[in-house]
Amino acid sequence: MKMVLRGNMATAYAAKLAKVEVIPAYPITPSTLFPEKISEFVANGELKCQFVKCESEHSAMSACIGASAAGARVATATSSQGLALMHEVLFIAAGMRLPIVMAVGNRALSAPINIWCDHQDTIAERDSGWLQFYAEKNQETLDLMLMAFKICEDHRVLLPAMVGMDAFVLTHTMECVEIPEQEEVDKFLPPYKPVYKIDVNNPMTFGAFSSPDNYMEFRYATQLAIENSVKVIDEVFAEFEQKFGRKYQRVVPFMVEDAEVVFVTIGSMTGTAKEAVRKLRSEGKKVGLIKITAYRPFPADLLRKYLRKARIVVVFERNISLGYGGAVYPEIVSVFANTGKRPKIYDFIIGLGGRDIVVEDIIKGYEMAVKAADEGREEFIEWIGVRKEDIEVIK
Amino acid sequence: MNEESLFAPGHTACAGCGATIALRLLLAAAGKNTIVCQATGCMEVVSTGYPNTAWKVPYIHVAFENAAAVASGIDAALKAKGEREGKNIIAIGGDGGTYDIGFQALSGMLERGHDVLYVCYDNEAYMNTGIQRSSSTPYGASTTTSPPGKFSIGEDTVKKPLAEIVAAHRPSYVATASVGYYADFQNKVKKALSKKGPSFILVYAPCPTGWRTPSEKSIEIAKLAVDTGYLILWEMENGDRNTLKVTKMPPKPRKPVVEFLKVQGRFRHLMNKPEELKKIQEFVDAECKRYGVD
Ligand SMILES: Cc1ncc(C[n+]2csc(CCOP(=O)(O)OP(=O)(O)O)c2C)c(N)n1
Repeated sequence: MKMVLRGNMATAYAAKLAKVEVIPAYPITPSTLFPEKISEFVANGELKCQFVKCESEHSAMSACIGASAAGARVATATSSQGLALMHEVLFIAAGMRLPIVMAVGNRALSAPINIWCDHQDTIAERDSGWLQFYAEKNQETLDLMLMAFKICEDHRVLLPAMVGMDAFVLTHTMECVEIPEQEEVDKFLPPYKPVYKIDVNNPMTFGAFSSPDNYMEFRYATQLAIENSVKVIDEVFAEFEQKFGRKYQRVVPFMVEDAEVVFVTIGSMTGTAKEAVRKLRSEGKKVGLIKITAYRPFPADLLRKYLRKARIVVVFERNISLGYGGAVYPEIVSVFANTGKRPKIYDFIIGLGGRDIVVEDIIKGYEMAVKAADEGREEFIEWIGVRKEDIEVIK
Repeated sequence: MNEESLFAPGHTACAGCGATIALRLLLAAAGKNTIVCQATGCMEVVSTGYPNTAWKVPYIHVAFENAAAVASGIDAALKAKGEREGKNIIAIGGDGGTYDIGFQALSGMLERGHDVLYVCYDNEAYMNTGIQRSSSTPYGASTTTSPPGKFSIGEDTVKKPLAEIVAAHRPSYVATASVGYYADFQNKVKKALSKKGPSFILVYAPCPTGWRTPSEKSIEIAKLAVDTGYLILWEMENGDRNTLKVTKMPPKPRKPVVEFLKVQGRFRHLMNKPEELKKIQEFVDAECKRYGVD
């Protein structure tokens, strides 16, 4: 069935199709529509789940942890300050190996307070042990949520996942979305079967205190699980394509075969960047693009494969690791750290706090990067679209 | 005491720890169909040192401030799965994890009406991190963040009336208890668990390390708190003030509060300050009057 849906609604439909059993949530723009829609489903009897009306995001994630440990399929949604408030418990969810799935409407962090699109919130949580997927379109928000349950609940993985979608650009924008049939989803996603759970007939201790003598082994086991997830993600993406006909990849190449310059993007800016690629191609320039869908586990293997032949790699990113540059840039650089022939890799900070990203911005980045490469520039982190002249420097 | 030992010996708590006594009494009263959800603090650290555990019931620790929220999630999950019947869910926190940092989560859990018993073991300071004051620390007590000095009497605020604040949420059951009067405490646990909806018990639990008291005197001191009127043991049902009942009257006449204070190192600096002791006696008298204890 096709429906015209906002991204938030699409993730709520995904939760419904996944027959999520517990949804603890707390509203925050631009994710509010998720708990609203869920409560509507519950009120109408369309979804049989316990909706826990929490008093904060910290408690919402804590309740997710309790519910997941008790063996339920669990989901929630948040953004920005809400995600930041969860920070402490995000690490615990991953450390306790609980397959919680969370939709995140990617939004800028305070201060100054801003509700628009920016990837800073999820990027700041990239070390938490959560898998991270980013959607480009509303269809992807729904599909990635569904697949996230299957990936996370796989016994080779048992980790939580967040599905990022750009604030307003996806969360609030109507797009045509194919909603899979419940029967088909049931075949794809069987009920969650935990390996261990809270059970009075088989008492176990969860969340123990660990000494230097065993803490590292727990961390290593979690690292192995996230490494294992690569295989599981590929399998689940393939099964999904076979069952539902929509193809997903951890990294999606676009016109990279013969490309000399390759853009790297995340999320909805990909569409704009593709337009720029087409425009530059029409001028005879050999340009391509790579979209990162799965950012954690970091897709180094595929990036190396697709970017190897490029002369220049241009990273566009909606986050800033203050005191350095974009957070994704050094990771792309690291992909080539020990290889002989490597592309020049340049970084652009763009579209922070919901600033529009237009085709001309991408083309400007292209031109600046080519010029920098021709000049042999070694370090290159630039901002696109910022009015530097408006900034008063305190001397 | 006929107890099935669900909180096993071999944990690493200090000798004379009042909180471990509270846990043993609690579990013995609750029985084995119980799920425990505990906040970070002494009781978690001493009981779950991997790969060991003192817990013979399912147990989960998540963080310092969220035992009530985690318990809410467990309650919701078991309800969603149709597995809620016949089980107790007990959230446990120290005074720090309950009065202070976990207060919001506790309030949320009470307000949403989860079928959870929250037990706060109150030793009147953050013991796990080395005896810092909490909002439960009483006036005049010396802690590492409320030290007495030339310009300080020790803790300079009065103890937060947490059980009353909880009572204002109208839970199914709320009570105060003391490990010194164990039958009273266990009766309250059973009563709380027999009721649907949220319940709360604040159990007073001496800490020999933090209070600087002899290990073997914990029970005696826990009794003294009640017998001096310093701690009033009461219960209330369904948020109805008419049901408010003091369950253990101090002897008549009440013992002077100084008897409770003088056995503890944390109040030693007050012993040559009669005006401060008088002030504390006046607090206690006023509280006793409010509860009709005398
Ligand atoms: C967010 C956070 N802040 C601080 C701490 C450090 N911390 C751990 S236990 C504790 C004090 C616990 O005190 P209380 O709840 O009274 O229990 P007790 O130690 O007395 O058993 C503190 C401050 C923490 N674990 N998490």
